[in-house]
Amino acid sequence: MAASTLKIENLHVSIEGKEILKGLNLEINGGEIHAVMGPNGTGKSTLASAIMGHPKYEITEGSVFLDNEDVLEMEVDERAKAGLFLAMQYPSEVSGVTNADFLRSAINARREEGDEISLMKFIKKLDKKMAELDMGEEFAQRYLNEGFSGGEKKRNEILQLMMLEPKIAVLDEIDSGLDIDALKVVSKGVNAMRSDDFGCLIITHYQRLLNYITPDKVHVMMQGRIVKSGGAELAQRLESEGYDWIKQELGIKDETVGQEA
Amino acid sequence: MSVDTKIAFDQDYIKSFSERRQEPKWMESLRLKALEKSENLPMPKPDKTKIDKWNFTSFKHDVPADAISSLDDLPKDVRELVAKDQQSGNLLVHRNSTPVFHQLSEELKEQGVIFIDIQTALQEHGDLVEKYFMKDVMKVDENRLTAVHAALLNGGTFLYVPRNVEVDVPVQALYWQEDPEAGLFNHVIIVAEDNSSVTYVENYLSYGNDVESVANIIAEVHVGQNARVTFGSVDNFAKGVTTYVNRRANVARDGKVDWALAQMNDGNTVSTNTTHLIGDGSNADSKTVTIGRGDQKQNFTNQIIHHGKNSEGMLLVHGVQKDSASAIFNGVTKIEHGAAKSNGEQTQRVLMMNEKARGDANPILLIDEDDVMAGHAASVGKVDPIQLYYLQSRGISRHEAERLIIHGFLAPVINELPIEGVRKRAVEVTEGKVN
Repeated sequence: MAASTLKIENLHVSIEGKEILKGLNLEINGGEIHAVMGPNGTGKSTLASAIMGHPKYEITEGSVFLDNEDVLEMEVDERAKAGLFLAMQYPSEVSGVTNADFLRSAINARREEGDEISLMKFIKKLDKKMAELDMGEEFAQRYLNEGFSGGEKKRNEILQLMMLEPKIAVLDEIDSGLDIDALKVVSKGVNAMRSDDFGCLIITHYQRLLNYITPDKVHVMMQGRIVKSGGAELAQRLESEGYDWIKQELGIKDETVGQEA
Repeated sequence: MSVDTKIAFDQDYIKSFSERRQEPKWMESLRLKALEKSENLPMPKPDKTKIDKWNFTSFKHDVPADAISSLDDLPKDVRELVAKDQQSGNLLVHRNSTPVFHQLSEELKEQGVIFIDIQTALQEHGDLVEKYFMKDVMKVDENRLTAVHAALLNGGTFLYVPRNVEVDVPVQALYWQEDPEAGLFNHVIIVAEDNSSVTYVENYLSYGNDVESVANIIAEVHVGQNARVTFGSVDNFAKGVTTYVNRRANVARDGKVDWALAQMNDGNTVSTNTTHLIGDGSNADSKTVTIGRGDQKQNFTNQIIHHGKNSEGMLLVHGVQKDSASAIFNGVTKIEHGAAKSNGEQTQRVLMMNEKARGDANPILLIDEDDVMAGHAASVGKVDPIQLYYLQSRGISRHEAERLIIHGFLAPVINELPIEGVRKRAVEVTEGKVN
């Protein structure tokens, strides 16, 4: 399988008539891990939601392509089947649907009718991945995210990532609300996915996560655009110096969306 | 313009019908009186549902059916309804309201258990049936449809469990309406004498969407002192069938009734499930699941009335409304004066899958006694688009996501249904209604 490329060009996104993303460009190739960083309110999560097709976000301009396929033309489930994955900041709870049933439905949705994953194979894989994430066996039979703590929900997102093996994954603030042990476990899961066939976009405003997952590229978002890109060392500098130097460099007074330079 | 609700059967017809069935005289005269009363009694008035244009008069009444010699003669879909965990074979099959297959274990017969179709029961145990038939639990003259029911009764089951007899395995009755035009006037009587226990499971099944017919069903349950009755049902009438169903129990001191009702009809339905907790320390647990689809209209009243002290009642209703289906859910907890230390709880939840679907949940608490506990919870809501988005973001199609959410919504009730066979069948029928 050749490595995939997610190519975002001049992306403009509005929510309820208010423009949040204002011409964002980003290219992620298989084998690369990108981090998008930035203070609150700069449009990071909007980027994640727009890529996946959240019903509240409207794309007003620009394009998103996964290899040669126009992502913006696809339904949400088609995007997932094409190879995209979003680990959500606030995963939904679905009562009455067990984690295991849900995951099996999701895996089988990618396969042809008659070629469903065998129960044995599925359970083996699920047990293995849950063990890697230090998740107790009972999580398989618990209802999807129902009554999960914040940390358990994040782990469950990574479990889904590992079970579904997408080409490109977006992790939206997967580190928020995690203690250091949980952070290590989640990072281990993401690192285990690393391969030439897997590209990843990590959205975070803490540099902390990047101590465990070393990014190939780091981007800083302000005012709904990427304003600076660099290597892993950029994240280090943000950690020690904050964002003010970038704002000064670019003459930005208020970095949040809705403000102009 | 209102549709004529008078039935097209006269005294002579009823007389000869009763004679053909070799019924005791009391039954014949009860039918004739009921027919007479039906002409003047008002139609039932379910709260907030207009039924004046529903079909209650177009059906075939006396449809012949051949007996079957073994279960292998049943079509596959009917055979599959015979509960897998039902090895005992305590089974009664009705075909177009005619009993065509019957099995009861020798062991239960020896213990004095009667489990037989109502026609045979009237012939062989006429006095016993008379003691319970529409006397204490239901009345003939409650409304026009209960009177019509008595006049036209053409099927049903009589289950009698003597004192101190505990029936360990469920008994099952299948009501298979092979002819889509066949009307069903089905009467079930369950008598559990003191200290006895029994589980009864019934399945209703019919076919054909364009043909009109009527199902007018009454189940009367007598729960003796310290007796226990578990009553499970999976209703699955086709779109053309108007269903009017009353399932009602009277519970004596320390007795208990558990209702597990999967109400999966495709046609217009008025359903009432009532328990009178008469004795002190009596107990009722009523669980109902339903899915409305197409343009069907349904009205569900689930009620528990506390008369005895320390009586306990639990109502749980989960309903899904799809397409442009509409339904009213009335949950009634009534605690009469003198029913001190009683506890009545009810929960009703309705999930609507789209804009045109309608569901109303009305929790009604009527408390005439100070020293009681009572509580209710009701929620009506549309399917959460963010939940759908979440499931779809994993590659699950919109349709499959809705299917998962519906199963999930009903699961807390279905998983609690006390009978394995009902539970399985409820899941299967849910699957059929979701796809």
